[in-house]
Amino acid sequence: MRLLTHNMLASNVRGATTGYPLKLEAAKWVTKEVELNADFIRGLLPKIDWRALVAATRALGLPELLPEEQPPEEEIFAEGAAGVEGSAIRRIHHALLEIHVQEGSLVCPDTSRCFPIDKGIPNMMLHEDEV
Amino acid sequence: MADGGGAAASEKVTELSGSGVEKGLPRRGKASSGRTLNTAQIPLVASHPEVYEPCDDSFALVDALLSDKAQLLTLKPRLCMEVGCGSGYVITSLAIMLRQLASGTQYLATDINKHAAETTQATLEAHGVHADVIVTDIVSGLEKRLAGMVDVVVINPPYVPTPEEEIGCKGIASSWAGGLNGRQVINRILPAVREILSERGWLYMVALEDNDPLDICHLMSEMGHSEYNNLFRPDWFKA
Repeated sequence: MRLLTHNMLASNVRGATTGYPLKLEAAKWVTKEVELNADFIRGLLPKIDWRALVAATRALGLPELLPEEQPPEEEIFAEGAAGVEGSAIRRIHHALLEIHVQEGSLVCPDTSRCFPIDKGIPNMMLHEDEV
Repeated sequence: MADGGGAAASEKVTELSGSGVEKGLPRRGKASSGRTLNTAQIPLVASHPEVYEPCDDSFALVDALLSDKAQLLTLKPRLCMEVGCGSGYVITSLAIMLRQLASGTQYLATDINKHAAETTQATLEAHGVHADVIVTDIVSGLEKRLAGMVDVVVINPPYVPTPEEEIGCKGIASSWAGGLNGRQVINRILPAVREILSERGWLYMVALEDNDPLDICHLMSEMGHSEYNNLFRPDWFKA
C-alpha cells in the first residue's frame, strides 16, 4: 500500500464519524523508485489531503520528508524542479508513490478499530455487527 | 465502437451470450495466443484454490479493453480501478496495455476475498506492473475520497443467477454468486461505481443476458452516466 492509497482510505466501521484520516502504524515498509511525472502530480495534488499525507510520513519516521504546510504550487512546479534532488515535487512524488507499506495497520481515528496491512494489502473488511 | 470523444462518462457492458450459463470452468492457456504482447500472460497469472481463474469472461473483458486501447490511450486515465480483481488477470492486462503512456497512471484493485487480493498482487509482480490492492467490499472505504476521481473502472462481477443465500459466501463463491437474476451484487456495485467514476470516466462490466444489460445501462444513465455501448460477444459459448 502506497501513501497515495492511504490518503484515499477511510474507515466505514459503525460509530465512525469521518473515519479519516486513518492512523498509520507501519512495522515494515520499503521504497521502490518510479519515474516522476510532474503533470500527474499536478493533477493529483488538489485531491490530496496534505495533513493526512504529512501524518503518514511522520508515522514512518520521516519527519523531514514533507513540511507541515503544503509548499506553494509555483514552488512545487517551478521549471526544472523535477530534476533537482530534494525539491518539493520530488519529495511529494516519493511520499505518494515510492513508499510501500508492507506490514502494519490502519487505525480508525474515531473508534480505534484496527485494519491490518498484511503483505502490502490493507484489509478493510468489517464484521456483520460492525456495519 | 467507443466514441471516446464525449465528455459524459460512458458504460460498456460486455454481454456474454448464452443465458443461464455458469461462469466458465478454468481453461488455462486457452485463447491467450496473440494477446500476450498487450495482456497478462496466462503462465504468469498466479492461482489459489479459492480464487477465480481467468476464464472466457475474463478474456472477453480484456478483449473489450484491447479493442478500445487507442481510445484508452487518448483518455490518459489518471486512476484505473478493478472491482473484484480475482486472479489479477484483468487489471494486470490493463496496466500492460497502458504502460506506453508513461503518464503516471495509477491502478487500484479491490476484492472481498483476501486470497484473491494476494493472488492479484503476485500476478502484478510477475508482470512487473503495480497496483495497490485492497481487501474490501466493492469500494467500501474509498468511496468518499475517490468520489469522481476514477477514469476507468473494470468489473467482472458475480453475475450468475443463484439462490439468494449464496450471496455473501466467502472464498470463490463470491466470484460468481449473483443472487436473483444475477443482479444482487451488481445492483450494489452500480451506485458505488457512480460515486467514484470521473466525469470523463468509463466503466467496463461483464454481464449476461439474464442480468438484463439494457436495464443496467438504463440505471447508469439515470445516475447521470448517459452514454453506453453494448459489446456483444455472440461467439462466447462456442468452442
